Amino acid sequence: MKTTCEVCSGAIEVPNDAIKGEIVSCPDCGTEYEVIEVKEGGVSLKPAEEVGEDWGE
Amino acid sequence: MVKVGIVGASGYVGGEVLRLLLSHGQVEVVSATSRQYAGEYVFKTHPNLKGVTNLQFSADDPLKVASKADVVFLTVPHGLSCKITPKLVETGVRILDMSADFRLKDPHAYEKWYGFTHPAPDLLGKFVYGLPELHRSELKGAKYVAVPGCMSTAAIVSLAPLAKAGLVEKDVIVDAKIGSSGAGGKPSLSTHFSERFGVVRVYKPVAHRHTAEIEQELNYVSGKSVQVGMTAHAVNMVRGILTTSHVMTSSKPEVAMIWKAYRGMYKDEPFVRFIMDKKGLYKYPDPKIAIGSNFADVGFEVDPYVNRIVVFGAIDNLIKGAAGNGVQSMNLMFGFDEKEGLNFPALHPV
Repeated sequence: MKTTCEVCSGAIEVPNDAIKGEIVSCPDCGTEYEVIEVKEGGVSLKPAEEVGEDWGE
Repeated sequence: MVKVGIVGASGYVGGEVLRLLLSHGQVEVVSATSRQYAGEYVFKTHPNLKGVTNLQFSADDPLKVASKADVVFLTVPHGLSCKITPKLVETGVRILDMSADFRLKDPHAYEKWYGFTHPAPDLLGKFVYGLPELHRSELKGAKYVAVPGCMSTAAIVSLAPLAKAGLVEKDVIVDAKIGSSGAGGKPSLSTHFSERFGVVRVYKPVAHRHTAEIEQELNYVSGKSVQVGMTAHAVNMVRGILTTSHVMTSSKPEVAMIWKAYRGMYKDEPFVRFIMDKKGLYKYPDPKIAIGSNFADVGFEVDPYVNRIVVFGAIDNLIKGAAGNGVQSMNLMFGFDEKEGLNFPALHPV
């Protein structure tokens, strides 16, 4: 299945056997999404939570 | 096979032109000149070519090269090319000029930025600015090409989508960092290892010559007058350029709109890569993963705090910033596959 990244409009490939809670990422901008619902012929995604990185403090 | 001559082949750019052309399936190098090293094997100066070719540097003058070749790469210093080129033009040979002498369309700009009166202003309009990402249609079948400067290439390729989309509203600030090979093959006290190693040297805080090219091309692509301020640093690497450019906007920049601008301009470009991967090992462009290739890596980030778009461009200064761009332009001039002789990845790790 393919879906579109809401950040960069890149094409995200979601496995046909994706399950709820699975993390998929956009190959272009790296934004990660969590599969929140699997429906017939499609999935619903939401941006996954991420931990920030700070090397300078 | 198209016959190619290289005038001034002993420098770093000449060496890279040679390396790329020796692996090119559609051309034959018929002359590589060097007055200093005439008669010597080219691998004595370019040791990476040992085992690749037994070609020797020739003492041919440019007109002799033109008599043997279909196309000439001029890899000679700024200010010399514009003295040689008028005579070459009379021979009918095609020319790829690696110097700055035919990059600018306005002859007065040479007085301002290069400090000399251009001796052949009538020829400026005959040269195509050799950046395929902006001038592909003009390069197809072109006779004369001015290959862009290295830092100009990184800055222009990374900024052009914003300029084209009308997102460059005011001045642009370009901060450039370049490795030691950008200074050429002739040593000086300041390039001596003891002085050069470990530096983050501000070597041109204002008025860098490439400013003129960047303005010219951003004006071309935006259709309006863009003013550029540029600062250049020499940093501790042999190859590579990173330009970090700052574009101030009157409202909060929208990420999706900027992505659309980059995709709209570059989605089919063979040598432009988007490096904007939050989860990537390299999250933004870095010359370290472009070195050895003809790729121009571009990326951006938005700063809503001060309404700023920060734009990054990374290239190998000797390839996409010089020889590779020249070969890519030559491929377009002769109708070859644009990727011929350039279809290889960067080195990693390096």
